[in-house]
Order: sequence, then structure tokens, then C-alpha cells
Amino acid sequence: MKLVTAIIKPFKLDDVRNALTEQGFQGMTVSEVKGYGRQKGHTEIYRGAEYAVNFLPKIKVEVVVSASDAEKAISAITAAAQTGQIGDGKIFLSNIEHTVRIRTGETDDAAV
Amino acid sequence: MKILTRFLKPAAAIGLALISTDAAMAADAPKLSAGDTAWMLTSTALVLMMTIPGVALFYGGMVRKKNVLATMMQSFAITCIGTIVWMVIGYSLSFGDGGGLNAYVGGLDKMFLSHFGKDTLNGTIPESVFITFQMTFAIITAALIMGAVADRMKFSAMIAFIVAWLIIVYAPVTHWVWGGGFLSGAGVLDFAGGTVVHINAGIAGLVACLMIGPRKGYGRENMAPANLVLSVTGASLLWVGWFGFNAGSAVAANGSAGMAMLVTQVATAVAALAWLVTEWIVLGKPSVLGIISGAVAGLVAITPASGYVDPMGALWIGIAAGVVCFIFAVGVKKIFGYDDSLDAFGIHGIGGMVGALLTGVFAVKSIGGTSGLLEGNAGQVIIQLEGIAATVVWSAVASFAILLVVKLLFGLRVEESVEVEGLDINLHGEVVQ
Repeated sequence: MKLVTAIIKPFKLDDVRNALTEQGFQGMTVSEVKGYGRQKGHTEIYRGAEYAVNFLPKIKVEVVVSASDAEKAISAITAAAQTGQIGDGKIFLSNIEHTVRIRTGETDDAAV
Repeated sequence: MKILTRFLKPAAAIGLALISTDAAMAADAPKLSAGDTAWMLTSTALVLMMTIPGVALFYGGMVRKKNVLATMMQSFAITCIGTIVWMVIGYSLSFGDGGGLNAYVGGLDKMFLSHFGKDTLNGTIPESVFITFQMTFAIITAALIMGAVADRMKFSAMIAFIVAWLIIVYAPVTHWVWGGGFLSGAGVLDFAGGTVVHINAGIAGLVACLMIGPRKGYGRENMAPANLVLSVTGASLLWVGWFGFNAGSAVAANGSAGMAMLVTQVATAVAALAWLVTEWIVLGKPSVLGIISGAVAGLVAITPASGYVDPMGALWIGIAAGVVCFIFAVGVKKIFGYDDSLDAFGIHGIGGMVGALLTGVFAVKSIGGTSGLLEGNAGQVIIQLEGIAATVVWSAVASFAILLVVKLLFGLRVEESVEVEGLDINLHGEVVQ
């Protein structure tokens, strides 16, 4: 099994979710994160006090898939999350050793 | 028809009784005015609301998340402590009879508020209402000071400081201006507390922030407001509540109160826009924090003038307050590097001075009984300066002395680790989730 971790622009979440669902992926975990790559942050000013804020809000999408489906998931996310502008994000692929569905006790590919 | 006649007889009887009572009473003795009393009861509630939750939210939203609760706690605790101090001795020193020392301070004749009865009058309103109304002024003055020392003052030190400050600084200044002391004798015009409340608090705040030192990381770390939604809400409550503060200082439901309300509205709106436009030009964007800061600056500046100026005077006062307070809060503070965190001095101190001074310029005789510079009475400006100077000097010196003692007894500032981790969890054991 593989873990697909995608850092995307927040407003792209719905598109990514729909794209994954269409490809048959039935679950995901989403968290609100901050980060930056090549996209610059912004400057906030409060009564003249300036603060350069480098970290931008992003959404992290995590999906665990069977190894054979990994490329399909990555393609779906890439197509849905892309805008062409700096800051679109990145996708990381890593290994998952073991998976358990808590309700039924199913493991590995049956639990994905 | 039957109902009418049923009520007509007793109504006529009461009417006759009232008329004959009027005629019987001496022309000079004030009697209870239901209208005045109703308005002053309302004003008292409005001014209390200015502190809780007005200042609590205004300040609370501006600090970092780890200190929001502690900041709001200061306003709430000061409300409670101020109430007791006022009852025990504050009111007496402010409005009592100081005998030989009456030019400088009241006496102990009204201590513990045991000097009057339910129906005792103070002018046309019950003494009880006047006491409570003035109490809310003492409370908010103390609460405003804390803005200068946000994020770093010990709770115990704050309590000790506030108790001493209300007795030693606030009460005497109040007495000077409103309690029959030397400033009122000199003709200083301060309708609702430009000197008593705002210059007083602003100077105390400046002294406090200089003594306590800047926040760790000031000028380097990100200290952005946790939640300006709270601050906008607080500022809005301050604006609405301020009608009780200024119009209520007429201590009557009459034309003076009405005009005070109108000029308050004008000055505030104009000041908010003046700050906003200045900021837009100088810093590039019109900000939310800017517009509410400007509004508060306007409210502060019109405070001493509210019973003496007309709408046009209020307009000029508003412009002056918005621009000058912006310059101090944004520019001067940066140049001199003092950490008046929430601009207690920049907005309340400076705004109070601007307003107190301009009262001497724009005072209209037909409104408040005294002419200002524009009506040919240049001397009023000098008198206003006297009031400003007396307040500045006493507040600075006495606040410094009190803080020194509190520092020796309690320490003023929290430990560095406490400041870093946050006041909420360390001082109060609570967090905003």
C-alpha cells in the first residue's frame, strides 16, 4: 500500500475530492496546514507594525491506496489541483506497512 | 367611556396634588426629575458596557491568542475591584468635602457610601445613580491603562496598582475637575473626562510601559492581533456606550445631552475616516484596525468638548484626533521605540490632550456657557493647558511612585517563560481552545 500526500491550495479541495471519488477512491484525511515553496507570503500591517508572513494556508490531503492504484490517484489529484500559478503544491508518495479497518478487522488491501 | 371616567378622578387628584406641591416648594431646591433619572440610569449601564465587554473585547482581540483571556480578565477584574474601591473611599475622595484641602482632594465624609438615603438627591437625580455613574468612569479609566502593558503584567501587581491608583491618582484628579477642586475653580472645561479619564490613563500607561519594558521580541516577532473581529465588536460597543459617557455627563435629559450625543457622533465618524485616509495615504491600505482606532481617538478627543462645542467644532476635533493620534500611535512610537502595546498613550493620552486643548478653541458660549478662542476668548486655551499640565504631572509622578512600590512588593512583570508561553495558561490556568 502507498500513502499519497498532497499539499494543495485550499480552494481546490472540492475538485480534488471529486476527482478521487470518480476514480473509485473512497476515503481521505484532510488537514489545514501552512507552508510555502516558491510562492511568496504576504505582509500584514497593524497600526504601522509590519509583519512578513511567509507561511500560507494550504490543505493537506492524505489517501492510502493499494500500490497498483498509486499512479491513478496521483494523476487525478494533479489534474484537479493544478491552476498553473505558483503555489499549486506538491504530492509525495510513501510506503504504508500495514492497514486495519477498525470496524471489521480487515487488513491491508481489503482495508484500503 | 366608563374606563376614562374611572381613571379621570384619581388622575385629576394626583395632578392637583403635584401642582400644589410644586407651588409649595422653594424655587431653588431641585427635585427628582424622572426624565433625568431614567437617562442617567441608562447612561450608567452604557458606560459599564464600555468596559465589559467594550474594552475587554477591544483590547482582547488585539493581543496574541495566548493572552486573550488574561487581557479580558483585566477589564473584568478591574470592574469588580474598582467597584469596591469606589464604594469604600474612591467616591468620597472624588466628590466629598475635603475641608481645608478641598482644592486638591475630597474628604472621608462619604466613605463606605453610608452618607445618604434611598431618596437623597444629587441635583435632579438620586445620589445612588450619580455614585454608580461616576463609578463606571473610574472603572473604565483603570481598565484603559492596561492597554499599555499588554502581554506582560503580573495579575497580582495589576490588582495592587489599580487599587492604589484609583485612590491616589484618579480620585484627586476627579475632584480637581468635577468635585469642586482647583481646576474647576480655574475654569477648566472638561465635560466628560478628557483629563480625568483619558489623559490620566494615557500618561499612567506611558509611565507603566516604560517601567515594565517592551514585550520580549518587540519589533522582531510577529505580534499580530489574534482576532480583530473581537476588536471591532469592542470598538462598536465603545462607540454606542460612549453616548452614555458624553451625553450622560450632562446629568440630565436635556438639550445639553442631545447636543453632546450629536457632536460625539460627528467627531467619532470624522476621526475614524481621518485616520483611515491618513493610513491609506501613508501605509497604502485602509485597515480595519485603523478605522476602529480612529473612531476611538475621536471618541476620546470629543469627550472633554462634548458639552461645549457645536457640530462644526466636533468635525475639526475629529480630524485633528484622527490624524494626530495616528501620527503618535504609528509614527512617534516607532521612532522612540516604547512599547505602548495597545496605544493607551497614543490614543487616550494624546487624544485626550488634543480634545482638551481644542475645547478651549471651539467652545461655544450658547452651548456650554463658555466661549473659546474662536469666539474671542483666547484665555480659555491657556486655562485648558493648565488642566492638561496638572493632570499630566500628577498622573506621571504619582503613577511612577505607585508602580515603584508595587514593583518592590510584587514585581511588575511576569517571568520570561510565562511571557513566552502565554499569560492565559500561566496566570489563569485556562486557554482559548
